[in-house]
Amino acid sequence: MEHTMQREASGSSRRRVAIALALAALATPALAEQAADEMFGSLIWPDLQREFLHGGPVVFDPRVQVRGPAFAEDPMNVPITVSAQGLRDVDVITVIVDRNPIRKVLEYFPLGALPVVSFRFKLEQASPVRAAVRTRDGVWHVGGVLVDSAGGGCTAPSQTRRDGSWSRSLGELSARVFAQSVTVGGSSATTRLKLRVMHPMDTGLVSGIPAFYVNRLALLDSGGRELMRLNVFEPVSENPVFSFDFGERPVGALRLVGTDNNGNRIGGRVE
Amino acid sequence: MKLRHSFAFALLLVALCALPALVFAQRADPRTLDYGLRAREVASGVFVVEGANADFSVANGCNIINTGFIATGAGVIVINTGPSRRYGEQLRSLIARTTKEAVVRVVNLNRHPDYFLGNQAFADVKRSATPTTRAGIEQDAKAYEDNLYRLCGDWLKGTQTLPPDTDAATGAERVGEHLLEWVELSGHTDSDLVLMDRTRGVVFAGGLVFAQRVPTTPHGQLDAWRESLRTLAAWPHTTLVPSHGTLHAEPDAIAMTQRYLDWIDRALRDAAEAGLEMNDVLGLPVPAEFRGWAAFETEYVRNVAHLYPRYEQAALARRP
Repeated sequence: MEHTMQREASGSSRRRVAIALALAALATPALAEQAADEMFGSLIWPDLQREFLHGGPVVFDPRVQVRGPAFAEDPMNVPITVSAQGLRDVDVITVIVDRNPIRKVLEYFPLGALPVVSFRFKLEQASPVRAAVRTRDGVWHVGGVLVDSAGGGCTAPSQTRRDGSWSRSLGELSARVFAQSVTVGGSSATTRLKLRVMHPMDTGLVSGIPAFYVNRLALLDSGGRELMRLNVFEPVSENPVFSFDFGERPVGALRLVGTDNNGNRIGGRVE
Repeated sequence: MKLRHSFAFALLLVALCALPALVFAQRADPRTLDYGLRAREVASGVFVVEGANADFSVANGCNIINTGFIATGAGVIVINTGPSRRYGEQLRSLIARTTKEAVVRVVNLNRHPDYFLGNQAFADVKRSATPTTRAGIEQDAKAYEDNLYRLCGDWLKGTQTLPPDTDAATGAERVGEHLLEWVELSGHTDSDLVLMDRTRGVVFAGGLVFAQRVPTTPHGQLDAWRESLRTLAAWPHTTLVPSHGTLHAEPDAIAMTQRYLDWIDRALRDAAEAGLEMNDVLGLPVPAEFRGWAAFETEYVRNVAHLYPRYEQAALARRP
């Protein structure tokens, strides 16, 4: 088809077509490869792109680092750290787990924080764990890690569900701000906010226990300005622990606000 | 040429050093599912059956435990029954080849799978464990069977938990020619039974002691564990049998385990106080001594997964 076009075109337009073709060839890894999964060869990747990245342009990018254990010793609590510090103008970090029954784990809007987030989640079976980072130009930068597992993380009842203690601690918040003197992996963070919210985080996949989970958290400064925002989904672990990193220590009194999917309010002062 | 000579010499040295271990360690054969168990008499009538100093694998048939038996003069007492029905059967036939005495009792020293999954071969014998261990086995047996089957496949065929049926009594008792003392400690699990054969000076330390092997911690409580090790160290004995790791490879395996627990306790506390995440902790340096131990690559990651959340929660609860 292109050959025919080239042959029939006049001298100057032939050159233009050739240039356009060369450009298209250069752009191939970014655009035309959208259908294939360069990292894990996963056959469901095209579906994941459609569903979670809305068909936007995708590049597999080593600047998106996803750290996690090679094997999930505790499939109810798989620790993951996502860092996209090599990218500028990060808009959102979406974490997707290919082979989980519920694939989206969280969406993080760093706003005034660094594009770094740590959390734990429930893994149902061995799977790629991916972070798709959208920059303000609309491009999704994708990185990931493969985590092996004996399985069963999403379909087992949580600890506090089993012993019935969840209702006594529901929504309790512990938070602490740490100065980051130990910089791991060349991070430019000076400050880390680590917090834990007591919540059963029921996936809805355990018989007779409907989905019940924290769905939104945000950190506000004393003027009510959002410093970061997090949309949370069912796969995040029970009594979730999160870490958020900052380039400069936020000044003034900080407040965490949030909700769960039943409308319970979560929040408190962060010292 | 010279280099090749010295290399050959080094190889020879390594081979010579490994010789005692090779003689006594099992050599499992995944094709025939033969564990190749051998009984090593560490004192008159007291036998140890050494497992591989490694992580669970098809190559070793999930046999990484040191079991044992004592021919007391009034029957054989079996200490732990190994990771599978097949192991239990092969252990029983090893006992029959080694002594004329009949097996009169089986003791499962703690709740972990390789301490009791061979019980099926001892269905006609009284099987004892502490009440706490019995409850733990009741709770986790199914998960253990599934997990070991996943790790070791055919070796586990036909394995089903036959739980201990009798509460183990603690204290001293005379059995045949042997004065035995049973002591319930804790820390590796919520109940770690230890056997002291006072007549022969042999201590079966159960899961509390690891020799040149990274300790396993799924039920670990470090403070209680370290206290138990101090108790153990004060007992007079000539031979100490760790549950995991080569016998006699280290003159003081109790101190070795203590060093590791002290280090990891301090390292995790410091990491939590610095606000580190679990993935940061896994990237921190580990002393060379511990990195050289068996199963380091896999077991250390598990240690951090089991233990770190507690340190983290303590640090979150504390206001600086």
